Amino acid sequence: MSRTFVGMPAFPEAARAALGDTRLRHNLAHATGTIRAKRARVVEEVDGWEDLRVAGAAVKDRALHGLDEHLLTLERTLTEAGATVHWARDAAEACAVVARVAKDHDAREVVKVKSMATQEIGLEEALAAEGVAAWETDLAELIVQLGEDLPSHILVPAIHKGRAEIREIFLRRMAAAGRPAPDDLTDEPAVLAAAAREHLREKFLRARVAVSGANFAVAETGTLVVVESEGNGRMCLTLPEVLVSVVGIEKVVPTWAELDPLLRLLPRSSTGERMNPYTSSWSGVTPGDGPQEVHVVLLDNGRTRALADEVGRQALRCIRCSACLNVCPVYERVGGHAYGSVYPGPIGAILNPLLHGPGDPRDDALPYASSLCGACFEVCPVRIDIPEVLVHLRTQVVDAHRDDPVPKPEALAMRGTGWAFGDASRLGLAEKASGLAGRVLGRLGRSALPGGRRAAGRLPGPGAAWTGARDLPAPPAESFRDWWARTDGGRTEEDRLEEGRAGEGPAVRGRTEADDEPGGAR
Amino acid sequence: MSDAREEILDRVRSALAGTTASPEPVASPPGVAAGPDTLDVFCERVADYRAVVERCSPDEVAARVTAALPEGDVVVPEGLSVEVPGARVDDGLSATDLDAVAAVVTDCRVAVAETGTIVLDHGLGQGRRAISLVPDVHVCVVRADQVVPDVPDALALLDAGRPQTWVSGPSATSDIELDRVEGVHGPRTLHVVVVETAGG
Ligand code: SF4
Repeated sequence: MSRTFVGMPAFPEAARAALGDTRLRHNLAHATGTIRAKRARVVEEVDGWEDLRVAGAAVKDRALHGLDEHLLTLERTLTEAGATVHWARDAAEACAVVARVAKDHDAREVVKVKSMATQEIGLEEALAAEGVAAWETDLAELIVQLGEDLPSHILVPAIHKGRAEIREIFLRRMAAAGRPAPDDLTDEPAVLAAAAREHLREKFLRARVAVSGANFAVAETGTLVVVESEGNGRMCLTLPEVLVSVVGIEKVVPTWAELDPLLRLLPRSSTGERMNPYTSSWSGVTPGDGPQEVHVVLLDNGRTRALADEVGRQALRCIRCSACLNVCPVYERVGGHAYGSVYPGPIGAILNPLLHGPGDPRDDALPYASSLCGACFEVCPVRIDIPEVLVHLRTQVVDAHRDDPVPKPEALAMRGTGWAFGDASRLGLAEKASGLAGRVLGRLGRSALPGGRRAAGRLPGPGAAWTGARDLPAPPAESFRDWWARTDGGRTEEDRLEEGRAGEGPAVRGRTEADDEPGGAR
Repeated sequence: MSDAREEILDRVRSALAGTTASPEPVASPPGVAAGPDTLDVFCERVADYRAVVERCSPDEVAARVTAALPEGDVVVPEGLSVEVPGARVDDGLSATDLDAVAAVVTDCRVAVAETGTIVLDHGLGQGRRAISLVPDVHVCVVRADQVVPDVPDALALLDAGRPQTWVSGPSATSDIELDRVEGVHGPRTLHVVVVETAGG
């Protein structure tokens, strides 16, 4: 930050905010860059990766195209295995089922495995309104929950938090939620993880009801599958007496054998591992082992709307690996919060409008949050053609607003985007302008995002239309393209970051999408 | 809720009007083929996850397992293939009891070389899911003939009706600045003892 502007207040406050932004940009670039490199390594070692992608897409298409039959089969096999099946048209119905189960057992608290479906339906808030506390057990989700923050990445939801901030949050907030953090807590990741282990173990040992999602639901056998890293998923799925799993109807896989391509594709695409540390599967109730009362909530909440869109329905193949986030230049610059949804990045840009339908100003803007560079399609393990769906959705947004007396801001934004992305030098200039604005807004911004980050109210120029509907985190002072040029596409920067890690084995083992959501049990 | 059921199914059917689904399961491309180095690959890949892995003959296995155990109480499932002196056989210990146990020894159902994975189906010799989860050290005995080359081979052997736990290394997280930390909630130490029989 060598430049200063005349009239710019040089308060320590403003400096701290700017530093915070530097950390965020660094964290995001580090995260996406590291995971990209790991993914590339483990994908390369598989002969016939393309054939595997084709098979993965075919399995999900087969499931979706025969969804009514598979759902009926799943209901039957689950019931035969001792589970109780519920159907929920929307978020409110799904939350009501979970709340009722908790209340039937007089539970004032439930433990939760990271699950995007449960985030999508706002389960935590719904349960709180009923007097039931839902404890997040995934480390990143715990950090986000204790910090009263929002997740910013499917796979590493707390990537916008640094270790010193995490230590602060633990020291300040753990005591109110249960076992306090030890007084001598340092900001070493291993020490912080150990504090989380102690804090949560108390909850696992006493919890009577657990809530999960599922990455896959096998119709033929009534089997749910949760893919995770930390073991919090296993804790929730094993120790409590009662388990409720909220499963999007698109999670169906027709047969047990057809899990194969998906189990081979997901971990390599997600955390860049040959396999994630833990995968759990269960079919209803197993006498003498694990929860003896098992509920499964089959959730629509817009999925049938997406299914009815012949071009867009491919988005329901998504296995929430987050590979498309990690390659997206737009995501890398704006971070996850800007998408205003639990589904950020390229997949969020198509999934949110498909689930909700045109009309919502936040959603209507999302199909424009892309340069259509195609990197997301290249890495998608189930071959979702995200650019194709984006273009298709843009047409829908324009059609929906054709009769508006004043042109929809997105229509203008699209012209602006097209103009900027249509010419590399103009893009560079636009980025310079927004980087400059980032430095100014980062210091002057009046509003703050939930994470305490400065929010830039509006982007200048064509970008204003897009940011009008949301708080955009202050743009990085260095643009993606400047960074790319400076670091030789991230190679020099990552080399530096990787130093000292050599010989330690895999550097990253985050969650694999757990749940249905990556996260589920993540 | 039956209204919800009917309505969702109706919505699905109308969304899919005119679409036909393939009646045949999708055939996956084959996995890695078996080879003379399958067992070596398995051991390397388990070690890649920073688990401890060692190979021994059948008459060494009991001593190797004992040597791998930390101080403190040990729990074993009924029907374990190895004798562990002084270990307590699980008879439905509570989670709190298990929390006071230092280590668990189990067998496994199948193991996958390509991914360095052991799979428990929690049958005889493996025990309830809780016993291989709560203690901080998990020692797992794998017979060489249980190691298959790739994921599809394992799925073909497994019974979906049984609960399963696929374990690839110790529990781990990278949630704090992407620094990898072993062991958040699952066993922080995974020790795999591979038993090689003569000629295989
Ligand atoms: S759309 Fe994105 S998150 Fe979903 S499977 Fe494809 S790459 Fe993964």
